[in-house]
Amino acid sequence: MSLAKRIIQTEASTVYLPITKPESKLYMSFIYVAFISLLIAGLMGLLQVFVRSGHFTLPFGIDYYQVLTVHGVVLALVLTTFFIIGFQYALMGKTVGISAMQRSWAWIGFWLMTLGTVITAISVLLGRASVLYTFYAPLQAHPAFYIGLTLVVIGSWIACFINWRQLYVWKQHHPGEKSPLLAFMVNINMIMWFIATLGLAAAMLLQFIPWSLGFSETINVLVSRTLFWYFGHPLVYFWLLPAYMAWYAIIPKIIGGKLFNDSLARLSFILFLFFSIPVGFHHQLSEPGIDTTWKFIQVVLTFVVIVPSLMTAFSLFATFEITGRKKGSGGLFGWWKYLPWKDVRFLAPFIGMLAFIPGGVGGIINASHQMNAVVHNTIWVTGHFHLTVGTTVILTFFGITYWLVPHLMNRQLTPSLNKLGIIQSITWAVGMLIMSTAMHIQGLLGGPRRSAYSDYGGTAQAAEWGAYQMAQAIGGTILFIAIILMVYIFIKLAFFAPRGEEEFPIAEEEEDAPPTPMWMERWKLWIVIAIALILFAYTIPFIDMIQHSPPGSPPFDWPIGNR
Amino acid sequence: MHIHKFEKICISVGIATLIFFLVVLGYGGFHLGVHPQSHAETIDPGNVQAHEAFQKENLGLTQVSEDQYIVNVVASSFNYDLGVDEEGKPIRHIRIPKRATVLYQVATIDVIHGFHIVGTNVNMMVEPGYISKLETTMNQAGEFTLLCNEYCGVGHHMMFLTVEVYEE
Ligand SMILES: [Cu+2]
Repeated sequence: MSLAKRIIQTEASTVYLPITKPESKLYMSFIYVAFISLLIAGLMGLLQVFVRSGHFTLPFGIDYYQVLTVHGVVLALVLTTFFIIGFQYALMGKTVGISAMQRSWAWIGFWLMTLGTVITAISVLLGRASVLYTFYAPLQAHPAFYIGLTLVVIGSWIACFINWRQLYVWKQHHPGEKSPLLAFMVNINMIMWFIATLGLAAAMLLQFIPWSLGFSETINVLVSRTLFWYFGHPLVYFWLLPAYMAWYAIIPKIIGGKLFNDSLARLSFILFLFFSIPVGFHHQLSEPGIDTTWKFIQVVLTFVVIVPSLMTAFSLFATFEITGRKKGSGGLFGWWKYLPWKDVRFLAPFIGMLAFIPGGVGGIINASHQMNAVVHNTIWVTGHFHLTVGTTVILTFFGITYWLVPHLMNRQLTPSLNKLGIIQSITWAVGMLIMSTAMHIQGLLGGPRRSAYSDYGGTAQAAEWGAYQMAQAIGGTILFIAIILMVYIFIKLAFFAPRGEEEFPIAEEEEDAPPTPMWMERWKLWIVIAIALILFAYTIPFIDMIQHSPPGSPPFDWPIGNR
Repeated sequence: MHIHKFEKICISVGIATLIFFLVVLGYGGFHLGVHPQSHAETIDPGNVQAHEAFQKENLGLTQVSEDQYIVNVVASSFNYDLGVDEEGKPIRHIRIPKRATVLYQVATIDVIHGFHIVGTNVNMMVEPGYISKLETTMNQAGEFTLLCNEYCGVGHHMMFLTVEVYEE
C-alpha cells in the first residue's frame, strides 16, 4: 500500500492526519511497556531508599545490587526507549503518516525490543547479572544480559529506519516544502540515537558478547568504557529531545499560543545532533588512561551543548510572554497569571522545566574539568539525574500521556482525572525535591553512590550522612505514591475514561512568521558535520588507547554473587 | 533566518558566560596544573606485584623525605591492601602529618574500583591495566573515610579504610 495520506493545506492552518485504529494500537503498545516498567522499577527504587535508610533489610536473600540493576536498566533503558519510540511514532503518524508496510516493520521492532527486554530481565531476576545499567567490564554478567540489551538496540534501529523512511516518502509527495517541524525533530533524534548506539553495538558485538560466551579470554576495559560513554551521554539527550519536542511544538498550543520560531527550534536540534555525541569523556574525567588535553577538549564541546538549551529556554519564556500579552497581560511578569495552571497538560511539563534549571547547573558542575573531583561517583550525581531525567523528562512524558493516551484511545481527560493529575505532578515534585536535595547535599559531603547501607566502620563522616539517607527514604516513599497515582491515571485514561475526543495539540506558526530557510533541510550535511566532530574528538585518543593498551582483563563473575 | 533582538542579546550573554567558565577551567588546568588524573601508565592487571610500587613490602604509607609521603594501595573486591603492621595484621588506618605532600598510587587486581578520600579531592577511578596516581597536600586535619565509590560487587559498601591527618 502506498502512502495515501497527505497533509491537507488550508488557508490559515495545517490540518493533521487522523490516527487510525491499527496505528494507535501500535503506539499504545510501546506506552504500555513504558508504564509497566515505571511500576516495577519504581518499586525497586522504593526498596533501595529503604535499605539505605539503614532500617530495612531485603527479604528472601535478594541482593541490594540486584534491585539496583533492575531499577537502572528498566528505567534508564527500557521505560525511556519504549516511551520515546511510541511517542515519536505518534508524532510521525500525525504529521507525515505511516504506511501499512511501515507499521508491520514497526511491530517487528516492537517485538524484538520486548523480547530483548524479557531476556535481560530474566538474567537479572535470576541474580546472574547484577552489573547495574552501566555493566562496566570486567564485571561479567550472564551472556543473556548483553544479548537482550543488544536486541533492544536493534529493535530501536528498526524504528530509526522507519522514521527516516516516513519523512522521505512525505518529501517525495511534497517537493520543495519544508518538513513538518515535529517530523524534523524526530528524525534528528533518531539520527543521533543511531550514531550513538553504533558505539554500544560495537562494544556488545565485538567485546562483551564474545567475552561473556568465552570466545575471547580478555576484554579491553578502557575501550569498553569509552564506547559505553560515547553512547551514554547522547543517551541523555535521546531522553531530553522528545521533551524538547513537546516544549517547542506542543506546549505553545496547550497554552493557547503559537510556535515561537520554527527556524530556531530546528537550529537548536541540529546543534544537539552535533554536540551531544563527541562529549563522552566528561563522564571519564577521573579515568587513569585518557590524556588530559583530550578530556579538556570534550569538556569544551560539552559546554557548547548548553547553547541550544539556552535557546530552548528563551523560546519557551518568549512563548509564555507573547501568549500572555495577547491575552491582555501587562508588565514584565504579567503573563504569569495567564498561563493555564489548572491544566495538567501544561503544569506537569512546566514543573519539569523548572527542575531543569538546577539540573542544568548541576550538569555544568559535573562536566567541569576540576570540579568533577568533588562530586565524581558521589550520590550528588544520582541527585542530578533524578532532577534532569527523573523530573524534567519524566514529568514532560507524563504531561504528554495526559493527552496522547486519551487521543489514541478515543477517550477524554475528564476534569477529575485532570485534577488527580495535578495532585500527581505536585506529589512527584515534592518527593523529588526532598530526595534529590538530600542526595545533592550528601554527595557534597562525600556520600558514595551505588552503595548499599554501610556505616563505614562508624566514622564521623559516614554518621553525617544518616539524616540525608533518611530524607531520601521519605522523598522516595512520596515518589512511590506518585508512581501508583500515575499508573492509576494511566489505566483510567487508557481503559475507563468516558468516550470522547481529545486534542492532539500541535502549535501553529504565527501568520506573519518569517520563512524557515531551506538550508535547514540539508540532512546529509548535518550528518557529515556530526561525524566529523566525533572523529575529531575520538580518533586520536582511541588510537592512543589501543596502541598503549595494557593486557586485557579476564572476566570476573564472582564479585556479583554469581557463584 | 530571523533572530529576535532580545534573543540575540540573551544568547550572546549565555555564550559569553560559557566562554568565561571555560577560560577559568582552562586557566586552572593548563596554567595552575590542576588536572584530573590522566598519566596513562599501564600495568599487567594479572601481575601488579611485578611493579615495584605494589610489591608486598612497599604497600601502605612510606615517608620519602621530611614532608613527602607515598601511599601504595592494591585494590580488590572488597578490600584495599595497604600491607600489614608489625603484628602481621592488615593495616586499616594510616596517619599522615598535616601539610605533608602525599602521592597516592593505586592499582586493581580484579575489577574497577573507586578511591575516594571523603572530604578531599582525592577521587579516582581505579581500572584494571592502569595505575591511578594523584599527588596532593593534606591541608586539613581530621579523620577521613577512604572508600570505594565505584560499584565492584556485592561487598562494595564494605570496602573502606580510614586516613588520619594529624597536627604536628
Ligand atoms: Cu569497590
